[in-house]
Amino acid sequence: MSTQKEEMTQTKKVTLKAFRFNAETDYLPYYKTYEMEVGKDELILDLLNRIKWEHDGSFSYRRSCRHGICGACGIKVNGKAVLSCKQNAMELVELFGDELVFEPQSKKRAIKDMIIDKGDFWEKHAAVKPFVEADIDPHPKSESLMTPAQVEQFLDADYCIQCGSCHYACPVIEVNEDYLGPAAFAAAYRFTIDPRDEAGRERLETTAELGQGVWDCVKCFECAEACPKDVNPIEKITKLHNMQFEHHVAERNVATKHAEGFVRSINKFGYLDEQDIVLYSEGLGVVKHLSEAFKMIKAGKVHPFDFQKKKMPRSKNLNEIQKLIEISKTNEL
Amino acid sequence: MSKLKYALYTGCTARESTPELLSSTLAVAKKLDIELVLLDEASCCGASHLQDFDEFLSLVLNARNICYAEKLGLPMVTICNTCQLNTVMTKERLDHDPEMRAKVNEKLAEVGLEYKGTSSVRHFLYALIDDYGLENIREKVEKPLSSLNIAPFYGCHNIRPSHIHYKHNMPQPDVEVSEGGGEVAYDTEELMSKYTHENPYVPTSLDRLIEALEGKPVEYESKNKCCGFHVDLQAPETSNALSGTALVDAIDNNADVMVTPCPLCQLNMDLKQDSAGKQLGRDIDLPVLHMPQMIALALGCSPAEIGLKYNVTKATELLDRV
Repeated sequence: MSTQKEEMTQTKKVTLKAFRFNAETDYLPYYKTYEMEVGKDELILDLLNRIKWEHDGSFSYRRSCRHGICGACGIKVNGKAVLSCKQNAMELVELFGDELVFEPQSKKRAIKDMIIDKGDFWEKHAAVKPFVEADIDPHPKSESLMTPAQVEQFLDADYCIQCGSCHYACPVIEVNEDYLGPAAFAAAYRFTIDPRDEAGRERLETTAELGQGVWDCVKCFECAEACPKDVNPIEKITKLHNMQFEHHVAERNVATKHAEGFVRSINKFGYLDEQDIVLYSEGLGVVKHLSEAFKMIKAGKVHPFDFQKKKMPRSKNLNEIQKLIEISKTNEL
Repeated sequence: MSKLKYALYTGCTARESTPELLSSTLAVAKKLDIELVLLDEASCCGASHLQDFDEFLSLVLNARNICYAEKLGLPMVTICNTCQLNTVMTKERLDHDPEMRAKVNEKLAEVGLEYKGTSSVRHFLYALIDDYGLENIREKVEKPLSSLNIAPFYGCHNIRPSHIHYKHNMPQPDVEVSEGGGEVAYDTEELMSKYTHENPYVPTSLDRLIEALEGKPVEYESKNKCCGFHVDLQAPETSNALSGTALVDAIDNNADVMVTPCPLCQLNMDLKQDSAGKQLGRDIDLPVLHMPQMIALALGCSPAEIGLKYNVTKATELLDRV
């Protein structure tokens, strides 16, 4: 009994460093430190509340449902995206030590403390038509039924709560303002795979466009790591890539030829022909790689005059690979 | 310690544009008396791009690669983060999705192969740390790297997504997989368990390896960030921004050299310093080593094996600095 009581009252002294900024009055952001005894069952949201209620009433953050479903309370703790109301504080102390740094999801979008301007997120999310578009009878005689297999295909994409964790963990969002981002792509997948929907082709075209679409994904898996609902956005990005080929939406460009070129190369050598894939994908655009090509030649890394590909390695039992490509290939460009 | 033996899946890069990766890996294994059997039958892993074009074909080809390690009865090791991720993503899928496994095996049967799920797949980095042991590596150091500030660059595909990597990269028990695979078990673990082996937000393996070789690990924010390699053709500005930022971050924190377990990161960071520097308005000149090159340097392997002459950003002077 006593050990149980001890466990109940067990606390740890934790230093909280919170990002503070008021866009209306502050020139630069600063960090303010708060020390508190943290209990083993406290959530990050509890600590945000305690900063506000016990230390500084002006401290600002978004919160609403407290049940991990409204998506309002996403912040970053020591660089890790969390949903404040779902994340146990002591777990993060175990991960990062007893100094926790609270920051908004995107510092450059900060309005006040943890609150950011999420306008870019909503704009991009809306751009993929995140709803079922269908010409349906407003007074149907029966429900629109879905088979379990069709529901399986959603792959948890409908668990997304638009919290922005993945969007602001994505490095491409930071350097390419056109890029739609992982949450928009997960939504694009979720509604395109929906058997009731009729806007799939439009979404596939939107997400196929270079600059804004899935081909600009760097495949860093930050989105998969950040998502508090295990939506795994990059899995949906891969699905969209494949669907662009399946539905013949993919146009021949440097990115699609690069993806398709792997089959061409593996079929010839088993390995990827690194020189050929650049030539094949770029076409005449290959000239922009000349300075790097010269550096590689100088270092002895590539062999430009090996026209017969004598230096190119070949997998043993290449015929097996060729046979498997022949019988397993599902897509064409 | 009984002699360690692995099937080495080299990937494409080590056999083409980064021959120094293969030679230094083999040299390190020789010095440490680890036996590596080259999987010469293996094909390209698809590097995440084949997966974008034809997911099923990539599963079949990666399963075939694993089959050859299984035939040898050996655990597989990889020396490229992207090979590691694509191979374990295939393994994860086939071990937990009996229907897909049956479909893949139906194709493999046409060439007389069967995926069984009996070989583990790990990056060589973790085989060295967890099987061979950092203390044992430390004992073999002939040329301590104590004069070098070394910036560890982890590379995405060995640390994210952690819910897959922790299961495969951690020390493996002897695998017994029943007919048809096991239960689907995605993401059901507690948060902490997937961070116990390597925490993607605060990774430590490379830092600890650098310390074992008596080098000084550089602390910098970009060490677990993305280098942008995978969009280098269609979005070079993105790639340059990401790789340039990481390189500049390492330089600003006094790095003499950067080291990475991924040859794709290595290629991007080593080769594109001029264009990244131009875009960022900074001079960037930082040698970037493959992880096995760094180890080979400390273990006193021959210059030919370390292969520094193949590094684009001049690295040969490192030989005189240790």
